[in-house]
Amino acid sequence: MSCAAAAGTVASVEAVPQAQRVSTAAVTPLDPESRRWLRDLRSEGAEHDAAVARLHALLLRAARFEVARRRPAHPHLRGNELDDIALEAADDALVSVLRRLDDFRGASRFTTWVYKFALLEAAVKLRRRAWQGREIPLEPETWSLFAGGGLTPDEEAEQRALLAAVQEGIATALTPHQREVLVALALNGVPIDVLAERLESTRGALYKTLHDARQKLRKHLAASGFPSTVLEER
Amino acid sequence: MTERPERRQALARLLGPSGPEVGCDECFAELDRYVELEVAGLDADAAVPGLRAHLEGCPACREEHESLRALVSGEQLL
Repeated sequence: MSCAAAAGTVASVEAVPQAQRVSTAAVTPLDPESRRWLRDLRSEGAEHDAAVARLHALLLRAARFEVARRRPAHPHLRGNELDDIALEAADDALVSVLRRLDDFRGASRFTTWVYKFALLEAAVKLRRRAWQGREIPLEPETWSLFAGGGLTPDEEAEQRALLAAVQEGIATALTPHQREVLVALALNGVPIDVLAERLESTRGALYKTLHDARQKLRKHLAASGFPSTVLEER
Repeated sequence: MTERPERRQALARLLGPSGPEVGCDECFAELDRYVELEVAGLDADAAVPGLRAHLEGCPACREEHESLRALVSGEQLL
């Protein structure tokens, strides 16, 4: 998924009251370094080309940073494959940053703003590579994490009732799409970018679906005698 | 009930954050500002309400937040 797809076409969960939000438009003027970056990237000729080259180097550094951080989780990937992923991530991030240059409002330093594009691209590519060729499990694979163990008989009974309520909620309270998304993401651990690619959706749209499914499941559990306030204490 | 971290985590993944949260697009839009406030020791959660809750509910955004914070923090040490 491109940065634009990740950040530009997604649906907001819209659960935070607008009045609580602080507009980024009201933030401080640009710092001198950020101003220089914008000026150079908006220039023409050799100055522009040199700024683009500097920007690419910066993005590549961030992408390599991300790849190095995630490397232990991807033992099957060789060094040159990881380098390729970092380079592809930097290339894609460069396109996104240049396309969205006017979106930069100085809410952070320019370098911090561009880093997030490179980190996103690298992280998404790594997640997708890890799931390449694998089936996406859309049915519950295991309920073992909810199983009893070291519990008293009363606790075990309550545990079984909770599990039954969760399973019933997933089976009856959700739409088929909500069920598929909740099970894949929250139960089976499928990365959201991987599911978005397979379902031809976006991260934001899937998260909105996940959010709605979670709310319905909470309501179902509350109606079954397991209100959120009690569940979160356990 | 006896506390079991795995079950608590499994329930948390299923039910997500209980409070209001932003979506992935707003999280991405605000992440750089949020991280700089965090690194500066300022109240990022007051400036961007709902972002912390989203990070609890979205593993992908959480990973990217952790990476950006690590990258920016590391730069400040140089």
